[in-house]
Amino acid sequence: MAVHTVKQVMESIRKRESKPSEWVERALERIERLDGRIGAFLALDEQALAKARALDERAPDHPLFGVPYALKDNICTEGLRTTAASRILANYVPPYSATVARKLAETGAVLVGKTNLDEFAMGSSTENSAFQKTRNPFDLERVPGGSSGGSAAAVAAGMVPFALGSDTGGSIRQPAAFCGVVGLKPTYGRVSRYGLIAFASSLDQIGPFTRTVEDAAWVLNAICGHDPLDSTSAPLPAEDFTQGLDAGVQGLRIGVVTDIDTTGLDPEVKRAVDAAVAALARAGAEVVEVSLPHCQYAVATYYLIAPAEASSNLARYDGVRYGLRVETDSLVETYERTRSEGFGTEVKRRIIIGTYALSSGYYDAYYKRAQQMRTLIRQDFEAAFARCDVIVTPTAPTTAFRLGEKIDNPLQMYLNDLYTIPANLAGLPGISVPCGLSSQGLPIGLQILAKAFDERTLLRVARAYEQVRGFELPVPDVEGAAR
Amino acid sequence: MVRISEDTVRQVAKLARLAVSDEEAQRLAPQLDEILSYAEQLQEVDLKGVAPTSHPFPLFNVLREDEPRKSFPREVMLANAPDTDGEQVRVPAVLEG
Repeated sequence: MAVHTVKQVMESIRKRESKPSEWVERALERIERLDGRIGAFLALDEQALAKARALDERAPDHPLFGVPYALKDNICTEGLRTTAASRILANYVPPYSATVARKLAETGAVLVGKTNLDEFAMGSSTENSAFQKTRNPFDLERVPGGSSGGSAAAVAAGMVPFALGSDTGGSIRQPAAFCGVVGLKPTYGRVSRYGLIAFASSLDQIGPFTRTVEDAAWVLNAICGHDPLDSTSAPLPAEDFTQGLDAGVQGLRIGVVTDIDTTGLDPEVKRAVDAAVAALARAGAEVVEVSLPHCQYAVATYYLIAPAEASSNLARYDGVRYGLRVETDSLVETYERTRSEGFGTEVKRRIIIGTYALSSGYYDAYYKRAQQMRTLIRQDFEAAFARCDVIVTPTAPTTAFRLGEKIDNPLQMYLNDLYTIPANLAGLPGISVPCGLSSQGLPIGLQILAKAFDERTLLRVARAYEQVRGFELPVPDVEGAAR
Repeated sequence: MVRISEDTVRQVAKLARLAVSDEEAQRLAPQLDEILSYAEQLQEVDLKGVAPTSHPFPLFNVLREDEPRKSFPREVMLANAPDTDGEQVRVPAVLEG
């Protein structure tokens, strides 16, 4: 069965060649057929087909009208269970929808289901889900990346034309790289976070997974914009990110980072990224060398700031107003038992690191120093972007690793995020675009970063690369890959 | 250098209202120690006079008109509560006798 892009579905519906319900049926059939092997979905929306049938009778009035999609299960959906892949929220049914879900519903896009993630988006492999493993559609023995592994795998396997994820330290871009799809983290503040279950509020951002850069622009159009319900959302006028996509890279300066840490960089990944830079140069871009001297400290900085914010955000799970409660005779013991049974190991690990980094006596040495380093990292980017329009790096140092390979070594897992974390610390937009397959047939991702709120240049370069990269996006043979 | 002992794990967990078993404390201590040792590299850099960044962009108070808006009905807000009396959330005794 053919796999379709957002644009193909959108045009077919607009020309009245097909109806929304046919696309939703296709999506549901493909999920039914493949997801037993992949495990991308935690739940399907039982209403999806009925909603699509209601749309069949209407005239398409928005580009995404009738397009099926999936949401990472840390994005709240009114009346539809939202778990953040945590036992503590196993039965949580939100009384409201996230702004992104509401906006997509208004466009006529049809939610088919909620996807798996690392519990509370903490992880790089989706193995920290309390409920199930998700497998990489290109190799079922490997992880899809994380934390938005379910959304990445669902798009990669062609189950939905697009899905949303969230990116706190690379959780959209890294799984997009591992699964061979496009993953866009918009600028902090570009997309409302209202209704996104908070992990680290100064870093979290919602964005799309798609098969093409143009599709990412269409989805960004639909979900971006100021939201009075999110005080950190940027008060900027709406933009059409599909405009100027095809302007090419002639006259643009592509920054290549000279002092990037290549210790754990797989030579095959390096070769693919070098080839991508060469392809952009042949397409007319000027390649310039830039320096990001403090990015070597990004992982250390992030793994203090993110857990500190998480330890504060996750204090709300106390078993009182919603979520799991393990009741005892005393309130304090009820809190402790609830949280101990409700949270998984990685979440506890991060709450403890964060609480430690914020505790008196350690605050200056850890949390404050991390915030100061964040300033230097931000300034590195300001200096670099005075000399170039975008910066390109690998998205991840390796291709998808094996299930279980890093689960007992948290620091190794964290180091996988070294190329994606800096953009979150600086609030910048970033995208991962497939740039090749390894000798083992595993996808490799090219990361492109741009100035704050310059998604247009980001998407333009990504699109230009997509056109000159010289290969079609591969569709994994999930049924063939199964043993 | 062991910074994070099992006792430290238990103490910090208590601050965070987490009960950790002995087995968990035993497993977490060396992992947390390794992570915090890695973070130690921030100590080598001279950060004197560098202003901390708590947020990617300058943020100002965001205010709105003080107009009453629709809020959620009580039964909707109580629907997810583990225990209620129909009007309020019910919890174990706060004051211990």
